[in-house]
Parts: sequence; structure tokens; C-alpha cells
Amino acid sequence: MKSIHVSATVNGDAVEFICAPDESLLDVLRNRLGLTGAKEGCGTGDCGACSVTLDGRLVCSCLVLGAEAEGATVGTIEGIADGDTLHPLQQSFIDHAALQCGICTPGILVAAKSLLEKNPNPTDTEVRYWLAGNLCRCTGYDKIIYAVQDAAKKMRSA
Amino acid sequence: MRFARPETAHEAAALIAKETGLIRILSGGTDVMVQLKAGLVEPALIVDIKRIPGLRKITPEAGGFRIGAAVSGAELGEHAEVRALWPGVVEGAELIGSTQVQGRATMAGNLCNGSPAADAVPGLVAANAVARIMGPNGERDCPIADIPAGPGKTTLAKGEFLTSIFLPARPARSGDAYLRFIPRTEMDIAVAAAAVSLTLNDAGVISAARVALGAVAPTVRLVPAAADTIIGSKLDEAALAALSAACSAACNPIDDKRGTIEFRTQVVGVLAKRAALIAYSRAGEKK
Ligand SMILES: Cc1cc2nc3c(=O)[nH]c(=O)nc-3n(C[C@H](O)[C@H](O)[C@H](O)COP(=O)(O)OP(=O)(O)OC[C@H]3O[C@@H](n4cnc5c(N)ncnc54)[C@H](O)[C@@H]3O)c2cc1C
Ligand code: FES
Ligand code: FES
Repeated sequence: MKSIHVSATVNGDAVEFICAPDESLLDVLRNRLGLTGAKEGCGTGDCGACSVTLDGRLVCSCLVLGAEAEGATVGTIEGIADGDTLHPLQQSFIDHAALQCGICTPGILVAAKSLLEKNPNPTDTEVRYWLAGNLCRCTGYDKIIYAVQDAAKKMRSA
Repeated sequence: MRFARPETAHEAAALIAKETGLIRILSGGTDVMVQLKAGLVEPALIVDIKRIPGLRKITPEAGGFRIGAAVSGAELGEHAEVRALWPGVVEGAELIGSTQVQGRATMAGNLCNGSPAADAVPGLVAANAVARIMGPNGERDCPIADIPAGPGKTTLAKGEFLTSIFLPARPARSGDAYLRFIPRTEMDIAVAAAAVSLTLNDAGVISAARVALGAVAPTVRLVPAAADTIIGSKLDEAALAALSAACSAACNPIDDKRGTIEFRTQVVGVLAKRAALIAYSRAGEKK
């Protein structure tokens, strides 16, 4: 298989990588760029643990080819905090104990951030539907909803 | 496997025409990537069509809209004018997968993947939407209803691919709706589904209708006999009962863990009734 050279912007930084034509963006992020925040829960679009933004749109990075990132802008969990200052969503997940094992958390944070950018004041139902593609085996979801809503409130008054 | 990202539809057609191995067109990739991962397909060439100009655009045309083949569900759902004209088509497309899947999945991919349970297809068939197809011999137009050929199969000839889907203009006092049954509220495959598109005259009588069913036959199916039961009516009880019976009669479903033949046959009639009532009220009449 002929390798492909790709230039993209990841979390604001210009990056270049070489990947195989059938390699997913998730594998590129994790294995070639050292960004291991996005997780592989299923590899088939069902769990959302690999969520990233691609040109501003929330996607499963396991369903995107690395080669498709040519010229694109990718946002991952690693780009969410501002230096040492956690994003309000990250802080809220800690405050509300909205995680246990933490495997689902990076994907849920990326997905929740994308929701609040589109809709800063969602209802609980809207949060639940938006996050329906993010599975969590540990928390039972309620605390995740509380944490997102509390962060949304703080972000609205910030 | 090789990856190509042609800049024009002609370049794509030429690439495809000269390839001797297996080809997969890549739109949103939400089916293709899963099939690659599972080893179900081993294409020699992947052709990503998303960079072809116009394929990610929605353009008004002749009172309707031309939807580029690579427009995602999320992009379609954000288009207020398409939603206003064809709400049933948009709601079908928006039922596909999660927010993340919506960010990528296209109606063209949904159609060409060939699933009898494809959520965007019944609405498109009921809308009498038309696919624009590029191929080795140039461009042609084909009604969406004529594209599905069986599970995983389409009538597209070798080397052909969709560049857009055209949603036509519609008369005033028209409405459409799509409903599916799934065992939960999100992230599941339709067990049975129905789309209804209709137009009313000034007296509130249905003057034209199209009914399409999903997941109850080897392909999404247009059922003219079901439409005939409601044309000329105001959706009174008798018309609704006849609609339901005609839909059930048109079924040829499978029995699987997700639904029995009996269940699918009965539920599709109920869904058609409810979709007809929603379409009727969207067309401007209270019920
Ligand atoms: C987690 C998850 C949930 C899902 N839920 C649903 C659901 O609820 N309902 C549902 O109907 N589907 C569902 N799907 C299936 C899938 O998302 C849809 O079928 C989607 O619409 C496919 O579109 P795509 O653009 O991603 O297609 P792709 O994966 O890019 O392509 C699908 C097929 O069509 C072909 N193709 C694509 N574009 C063209 C074109 N322009 N011309 C010719 N051939 C083309 C491809 O070669 C491939 O064979 C789900 C998938 C996942 C991963
Ligand atoms: S790893 Fe991508 S959705 Fe599960
Ligand atoms: S915290 Fe363990 S899967 Fe969500």
C-alpha cells in the first residue's frame, strides 16, 4: 500500500503525517501524532469515545480516513484546556464526579463542547439526544447531564 | 488500497472507468468505514467525492432544491428552506445515527448502501426526488424509487455515481412526514417505516399522494395502491383504515430478532396512518 502524505491543522498547530490509505484518523491521532485522548471503544461509530471535530463538525474519528484530513482542521480533547486552566466542562466533570473509568470522557467533553457552541442553553433532553452517540458503561449518565448543564450555566454567565 | 480525491466529476468518472479492481465511492464513510473495518470489502480504490465542486452545496433550482451528494445530515438539517419545503425528507435524513454520524452521513450514501431500512430513502421516494448520476457515458437523471435493487444492491451501472439529489417544487398546501419504529429512542435500525407526501385542494381534500415503505421488503417500496386509498379523502377513519390495510398488504418482510413478519406487517400500517396525519396537518389542515 502506498503511503499518503497529509498536511492538516490539529488543535491550532500545523501538522504533517504519513499514513496508509486505509488508516483511520483515530489511528493517525493516536499512533502517529501521540494524541491519545481520543479512545477506540468500538471502531465502528457506535460509542463516540473517538469524537473529534473536523472543520468544526463533531464526528467519530474512527469513521474518517487519515487521508481525508488533508487541508482540514481537527480539534481533539488535547486542545480543550487553555494551558493549565481546565475548560469549564472539564472542571465541571471533576466537580460533579461525572466520570469513573474515564474512557468515555474525552469523547463526551468534545461532544458537549460542540453542543454548547451551537446551543449555549440546552434542555436536559437536548443534552441527552446530542450525547446519544456517546456511550458510558460506568456513570449511568445522570451526572454527565448535571455536569454539562452546570458548565453551560457558568459559561453563560462568564 | 489506493485513495483518490478527484477535483471534478469528470476526473472522478475517468478514474473510475479505468480502474479494474473493486471501487468504493466515499461520501460520509459511515457505512464504508465500518465495512472496511469488518473486512467485508477490500477495495482497490477509494474515491473521495467530497472535494468535487458543488457536491457539498444545497442550491435552489426550479422552485425545489438540488442537494449535493456529499451534503451531510447535519448540513441538510440546518437548511431552513429545505426543511420548510420537505420536512419529511429532512426528518428521515436526521434520524440516521448519532450527532457524530450526522456530521458525515449523506442521503446519497444512505441510498447507495442499499439497505431496505435506510431512513432517508422512503421520504425521498415519497417526494419523487430524482438522482443525478455521473458515469462513463456522461450524466443522466433517475427517480430515486428506481435505484434500490435489493439488500446491498442498486441499479447503478458499473462506474456510475450520484452527484446530487433533486427535491422538486411542490404545490401550496402540501406536506410530508416520515416515521420509523425502533425498540428505543435513538441509534437503532428501523424495524418498519413509512413516508407519506400529499397535496390538498382548497376544500382540504387530498388531491395527490405518494406512500413509501421501509424495512418491510427487500427494498424501500413505493406503494401506489396505498396512495390511492387516501386520494379524494379528508383522511377520515375509513380512508385511514384502507391506507393501513393497503400498506400491510404491500409488505414482504423478513423475520429476525428485531421484528417478526406479523409485527412488521401490522406496525407499518399504523406508521403510515400516523405519517399521513402529520403530513395532512403540515399541509395546513387540522385533524
Ligand atoms: C453508529 C451508526 C448508526 C447508524 N444509524 C443509521 C440509522 O439510524 N439509519 C440508517 O438508515 N443508517 C444508519 N447508519 C448507516 C449509515 O450511517 C447511513 O447509511 C449513511 O447515510 C451512509 O451515508 P455515508 O455518506 O456515510 O455513506 P458512505 O459510507 O460514504 O457510502 C455508503 C455506500 O454508498 C456508496 N456511495 C456513497 N456515496 C455515493 C455516491 N454519491 N454515488 C454512488 N455510491 C455512493 C459507497 O460506495 C458505499 O457503498 C448508521 C451507521 C453508523 C456507523
Ligand atoms: S471508537 Fe469511534 S465510535 Fe467507537
Ligand atoms: S466513565 Fe467509564 S465509560 Fe464512562
